[in-house]
Amino acid sequence: MFSFIQKQDTTHMPITANLDDETRRSFLGHSGLLLSGAAVALLAGRDALAKGGQSGASDVRILNTALGAELEAVAAYQLGAESGLLQKPVLDLALTFQGHHKEHADVLAKTIVKLGGQPVASKEKYTFPVDTLKSQADVLRFAAMLEKGAVSAYLGAVPVFGNRELAKAAASILGDEAMHWAILRNALGEIPVPSAFMS
Amino acid sequence: MKKFRAAILAASAVYALLANAGPAAALAHGDPARGKVVYERCLACHAFAYDRTGPRHCGLFGRHAGSVQGFAYSDAMRHSNLVWGTRTLDRFLKNPLKTVPGTAMGYAGIADRQERADLIAYLKQVNDSAECRGQ
Ligand code: HEC
Repeated sequence: MFSFIQKQDTTHMPITANLDDETRRSFLGHSGLLLSGAAVALLAGRDALAKGGQSGASDVRILNTALGAELEAVAAYQLGAESGLLQKPVLDLALTFQGHHKEHADVLAKTIVKLGGQPVASKEKYTFPVDTLKSQADVLRFAAMLEKGAVSAYLGAVPVFGNRELAKAAASILGDEAMHWAILRNALGEIPVPSAFMS
Repeated sequence: MKKFRAAILAASAVYALLANAGPAAALAHGDPARGKVVYERCLACHAFAYDRTGPRHCGLFGRHAGSVQGFAYSDAMRHSNLVWGTRTLDRFLKNPLKTVPGTAMGYAGIADRQERADLIAYLKQVNDSAECRGQ
């Protein structure tokens, strides 16, 4: 049972509480083996990606900015995981989400290379507002803020890609990050999906 | 002489047009409290006090675009010749890639004029607060 899901009101049911540990473990264990449709599209040949034509350099810039943000997210979850503030199973959740961000970063970097660009490397040092992270809830709120921002960032990137395959891939990542956001809110006892639209 | 007068008339007509355009083109009045919520869209990349994927937003007003020391801007941003203020921010945030073609901020922008005004009011408020003045 997911003990971090606190039922604070009746508007959101702790649906995932029905998952037993066994199901959860196998789900977490296997998810890394699946390659999403978007990842497949991104890892497709240069020809498929070159459909965007002229927009190549602009698309590479957009991908690289997204990559920079994904790498920061990986570092942020690392900070959270090492903070000693997260209890299981929230800790497992953080590590799963970090794994997704690593996969996003990996696919973005490979795509940038495929498009002839130079992927940004992860920074040696990231600045995080560590003074404000004193409890598990603080860490969850911080992660939720980053995930929500990431949804907005991809939402802002989707329409500006020259190549529609890249826009599709960005939308696929957006969906994943929106789920992270909802689950983090749920873990905080907040209404997990507070509105019908993201902006 | 006639020509001169015509020129003056034309000039004042243009001036009148511009002057009239003033109020219509005026920026919407911004509410920083609503702007704080709009700013959540920027939080994957920006912070006020320090550089992240995007540059810090403290010290933004009056700053030349692309001028935070140590931040790796695109050439496009560094050479954009913009100075950040209410109007330039309004233009940039409406459509970053159109205002600064080649910018690394791959973001479609904020189409809603009121949302931009609120966002800029919030940026200004935090810039005037202790959070940024201590910088
Ligand atoms: C996907 C990441 C990302 C998002 C989301 C994002 N930015 Fe940026 N922003 C950047 C990057 C990267 C730069 C540097 C651009 C360059 O060098 O071309 C930048 C530059 C800027 C600048 C110019 C600053 C300077 O020092 O010249 C402003 C102003 C700005 N962003 C405001 C915003 C606001 C307001 C939002 C939210 C509506 C936002 N940005 C959302 C990544 C982002």
